[in-house]
Amino acid sequence: MDKLIYFDNAATTPVRKEVLDTILPYFSEHYGNASSVYSIARESKKAIDKAREQVANALGAEPAEIFFTAGGSESDNWALKGIAESMSSKGKHIITSVIEHHAILHTCEYLESKGFEVTYLPVDEYGKVRIEDLKAAIRPDTILISIMFANNEIGTIEPIAEIGKIAKENGIYFHTDAVQAVGHVKIDVKEMNIDMLSLSGHKLGAPKGIGALYIRKGVKLKSFIHGGAQERGRRAGTENVPGIVGLGKAIEIAVNEMDEVTPKLIKMRDKLITELTSKISHTKLNGHPVDRLPGNVNLSFEFIEGESMLLFLDMNGICASSGSACTSGSLDPSHVLLSIGLPHEKAHGSLRLTLGHMNTEEEVDYIIEKLPPIVQRLRDMSPLYEEYIKNNK
Amino acid sequence: MEYSAKVMDHFMNPRNVGEIEDASGVGTVGNAKCGDIMKVYLKIENGIIEDAKFKTFGCGAAVATSSMATELVKGKTIQEALEITNKAVMEALDGLPPVKVHCSCLAEEALHAALWDYAEKNNIVIEGLEKPVDDIDELHNLPEE
Repeated sequence: MDKLIYFDNAATTPVRKEVLDTILPYFSEHYGNASSVYSIARESKKAIDKAREQVANALGAEPAEIFFTAGGSESDNWALKGIAESMSSKGKHIITSVIEHHAILHTCEYLESKGFEVTYLPVDEYGKVRIEDLKAAIRPDTILISIMFANNEIGTIEPIAEIGKIAKENGIYFHTDAVQAVGHVKIDVKEMNIDMLSLSGHKLGAPKGIGALYIRKGVKLKSFIHGGAQERGRRAGTENVPGIVGLGKAIEIAVNEMDEVTPKLIKMRDKLITELTSKISHTKLNGHPVDRLPGNVNLSFEFIEGESMLLFLDMNGICASSGSACTSGSLDPSHVLLSIGLPHEKAHGSLRLTLGHMNTEEEVDYIIEKLPPIVQRLRDMSPLYEEYIKNNK
Repeated sequence: MEYSAKVMDHFMNPRNVGEIEDASGVGTVGNAKCGDIMKVYLKIENGIIEDAKFKTFGCGAAVATSSMATELVKGKTIQEALEITNKAVMEALDGLPPVKVHCSCLAEEALHAALWDYAEKNNIVIEGLEKPVDDIDELHNLPEE
C-alpha cells in the first residue's frame, strides 16, 4: 500500500472536500466584516447565522445558545473560568474527573491557585466516572460539574445524561467537554440537561482554529474575550467567517451521516480489537468495550514501548498515536491510562488508532497484517520480554 | 521532533541486539516507570571488550543509543570504554532531539553498570568507575499510584 493510512482522527481530521468548497468563497469573495452595513458584510452575517443554526441543530439547542470560539481549549477555559467568576459568591467548589483533557485539568489547577477547590473524581477500570462518587462529592458550595462526554485517549463515553440529571436536581451547573463526541455520537443538550458544552471544528472535518461553546439560555457566564459586540457581546473579536461556515457545514454532514457511518466504524473498530488482541499475546484493550466512541481503538502491548511502535508504523505509512511518555514530551505516560489502573510499563506500550469516515476495511486489514511482526520485533529486543520468557520457561 | 538519519538507521537496523550467554559483565539501567530500560552484555578478555550486546525497552532514541554505544565499545580497553560518554554516543548519532538526551545518558550508565558487574565478579577495581545507581529492581518497587 503506497498511500498514507491515517488512523489518528482523534488528533485531528482533514477538512472535508464539501466543507472546503463551502468555505473558500469566504476568504476572498465574501470577505466583509459581519459588523459592517454593506452588502458583502450582510453575506458574512447571513453565513454566520446559518452556521449557528447548523451547530444548534446538531446539539438540540437554540441558535442563540451557540457562541463561536477559537476552539475546544478556549471553550473549556471560558466555561470553567466564567462560572468560577460569576458563581464565586455562592461557592468555590468544582467537580471534575481525573481523565479530563488538559484544557480542563490545567484550567482547574489555575482556578485552585485562585482559591477554588476542585474535586477530581476517580474513574473505574474502563474509565467511567461512578455516579455514587459524583453524588458523594457534591457539597453546598459546589458551583460546577465538568465531566467530558467521551475520553480522547480510550474512547470511553461517560454517563452524561445521568450526570446532567444529578446536576440539575442539585442546582449545579453542568459543563461537558464534548470535543471528541460531537459529530460522532448522538447528543441532545436538553434531554441530557447539559448547561454548557465545548466543541471543536477540526475533530469533525472542519478547519483548525474554530470551535464553539453551547451556553444554555439563563446560564450566568460572562464575557471572556473583551472588545467588540460580536457574539451578542459575549465573545469579542471579528468573526472567523470561513471557520464558522466550515464548522456549520461539517457538523451538519457529520450528524446527517451518523446513522450510516457509525455502524461501519464500529465494525472496523471491533475487527481491529478482536484481531489484534487474538494475534498478539499479552494485549489488553483500554477503555470500555461497548460504551466507547465508534472510531476508538486503544490497546496496550506488554513489554514494548509506544514510540518505537509508532516509528515502525510510520515506516509502513500508518499514522497512529500512543500514551507513552516519549510521545508526550514528559517522563510520565498518559494520565488517563494511569487513572484506569495501568502500570507504567503497560501505559508506555499503548497504541491508539482512531478511525474516521474515510478509513476502509482494506486499511484495517493492512494494519492487522503489519502490526504483529512489529510488536514481535520490539519484544525480541526487550529486556522485559526476555525476563518474562525466562521466568515462564 | 525529528530524528537524524543515523538515529533512524540504528533504530531500524540496530547493531548488537541480543544476549551473551557467558557474559563477563551485565548491566541494566533505567526503569519501566520512565519508559526506558537498557540491558548491556559485555564479553571481556585480557582487558579488551571483545563483544557487546544489548536489549532495550524504550523509544527510538533509546534503541539507537544502545546500538551505537555497543558499537563504540567493541574492541576498546576498559579504560577507553569509560571514555564513551553520553556526549560521544550522541555525536556519533549526529545528535538527538533535546527531550531525548536522557536516553544517551542511559546508554553511558548501562555500559558503566556492565563494567561494574565485571569488576565485582572479578574482584577488581576499575579506576574512575563509580557504582551505578539505576537498577532494574526499581521496576519491582514502583510507588503505588
